[in-house]
Amino acid sequence: MEKMATREAYGKALATLGETYDFVVLDADLAAATKTGVFKKKFPERFFDCGIAEANMTSVAAGLAAAGQIPFISSFAMFSAGRAFEQVRNSIGYPHLNVKVVGTHAGITVGEDGATHQCNEDLALMRSIPGMVVINPSDATETFAAVEAALRYEGPVYLRFSRFATPDLTGEKADFKFEIGKGVTLCEGEDVTIVACGYMVHLAMEAKELLAAEGIRATVIDMHTVKPLDTDLLVAAAKKTGAVVTAEEHSINGGLGEAVAATLSETYPVPVLRVGVADAFGKSGKVPPLLEMYGLTSAKIAERAKAAIALKK
Amino acid sequence: MPERENSMENAKKTALAEIARQIRIGIIESVYHAGCGHPGGSLGIADIMAYLYFEEMKVDPKNPKWPARDRFVLSKGHTAPALYATLAERGFFPKEELVTLRQIDSRLQGHPDVKYIPGVDMSTGSLGQGISAACGMALAGKISKSDYRVYAVLGDGETEEGQVWEAAMFAAHYKLDNLVAFIDWNGLQIDGPIAEVMNPAPHDAKFLAFGWHVISINGNDLDEIEAALAEARTVKGKPTAIIARTTKGKGVSYMENAVEWHGAAPKEEQYKIALADLGAAEA
Repeated sequence: MEKMATREAYGKALATLGETYDFVVLDADLAAATKTGVFKKKFPERFFDCGIAEANMTSVAAGLAAAGQIPFISSFAMFSAGRAFEQVRNSIGYPHLNVKVVGTHAGITVGEDGATHQCNEDLALMRSIPGMVVINPSDATETFAAVEAALRYEGPVYLRFSRFATPDLTGEKADFKFEIGKGVTLCEGEDVTIVACGYMVHLAMEAKELLAAEGIRATVIDMHTVKPLDTDLLVAAAKKTGAVVTAEEHSINGGLGEAVAATLSETYPVPVLRVGVADAFGKSGKVPPLLEMYGLTSAKIAERAKAAIALKK
Repeated sequence: MPERENSMENAKKTALAEIARQIRIGIIESVYHAGCGHPGGSLGIADIMAYLYFEEMKVDPKNPKWPARDRFVLSKGHTAPALYATLAERGFFPKEELVTLRQIDSRLQGHPDVKYIPGVDMSTGSLGQGISAACGMALAGKISKSDYRVYAVLGDGETEEGQVWEAAMFAAHYKLDNLVAFIDWNGLQIDGPIAEVMNPAPHDAKFLAFGWHVISINGNDLDEIEAALAEARTVKGKPTAIIARTTKGKGVSYMENAVEWHGAAPKEEQYKIALADLGAAEA
């Protein structure tokens, strides 16, 4: 199966959608890495480099949106969601402006650049802003659909993309359709539910195979929209399987896992175990050993799935 | 002092001075009834606000979201009482509403809120962000080839925020000659004189170095405000910064140049004195 990083799919989506939608793209001197450079090349008059000044870029986008433009602002997640958090909250979130905030290079798959650039906190930060939609697509097809959905949606959206390539699972799914706030069930099983987002979705599917080899049948949900969370789908899966594991390339604090655990504990309590980065900073290294070191693997997901099943009453 | 050539005609000046006085009364009424707020910096910019909304800017109080309107961003959002009093005076909402400032059932939030207050073009209050948003509006005007202009008012203390200089770079880089930023130079911030807290001076040399056209005026002088804004309209290819020397607390005897009136409401006796200073009968 063809693999592509979601940041690359993002750049391609902008360039393609630029033909039919009227929007502008801002970047902070990272267009080559965030892949907005692809859009810049095609639509130079609608691309604005803001230099290494993410705070200003964020509030500039607010002004653009207040005057009727639809801006995408792109940087590494560490800077678009992290450094400029307060600008996203006050300039964009509070006035509920139609800005698409994009964080590429999210999580530890940044690799060699190390902890300063590995943002494991952006989902938590963006989730905390009232009215903010938070989307973490898992592959190229889903990325394209998410960018288009964000364009059609009027209001602030945070889009989270990865540096590292993932297989195009949703592209292989014949009945795939993307809707903000609606999770995608990739496969159904009765014993346990794995809820994953972003880079972890394909590892969740690998974990499903590992479990199947032991006779354990798993439901796998690609929960691309972390906020608003698809509560209906989640509760239905919890009722059916009675045990849930979450998987995210993000801190276990404040991200998908906590969102799922909180939602289920208030609606249909079942055991929820989380796979994610424990309370820790990342470090430099090649991506595969980093994923091993931080427990972001299919084996870890399968192990936690069995632990969750063991906790069923 | 001899009459200057650019001095506006007397009737117009008298009318604008009266509007500025009404704005100051609105500021005192709203902050007094709120029991808190920021009167000092609000009073200081009343003349600038009067000129902008009653002479300079094309706005339509009956159609606050008119796409072709000129935009205003109060980057120093804590002086919302000045903006609200101006908008009310201009007819965007009833003046009676001013006394509801900061109350739980009022739309007049402690800092400007674009969602619910007619005439407010941007939510502000977190310092440094408004000027960036004004840049975005000005850039949008360039993109859409609209000829509206964008005005912002920043505090002098606000320029201690690094984002202001990010915005200054941006505005010059994108040649935003449809943008005018007033720097309200009253010399005071919460913790004391800005020269003692964290001196951002000289503003004129800094904005010049960042590629702006710079004009220095007395921001409480209507003639000088008019001349500066007229000059700004002639500037092509760069944004204009108007460094406006103002008196914080202008018009209320005991508030003038007094740092303690940055963020405090007058008590009843003080309220009466303030109204008397402004030539207003007690409400």
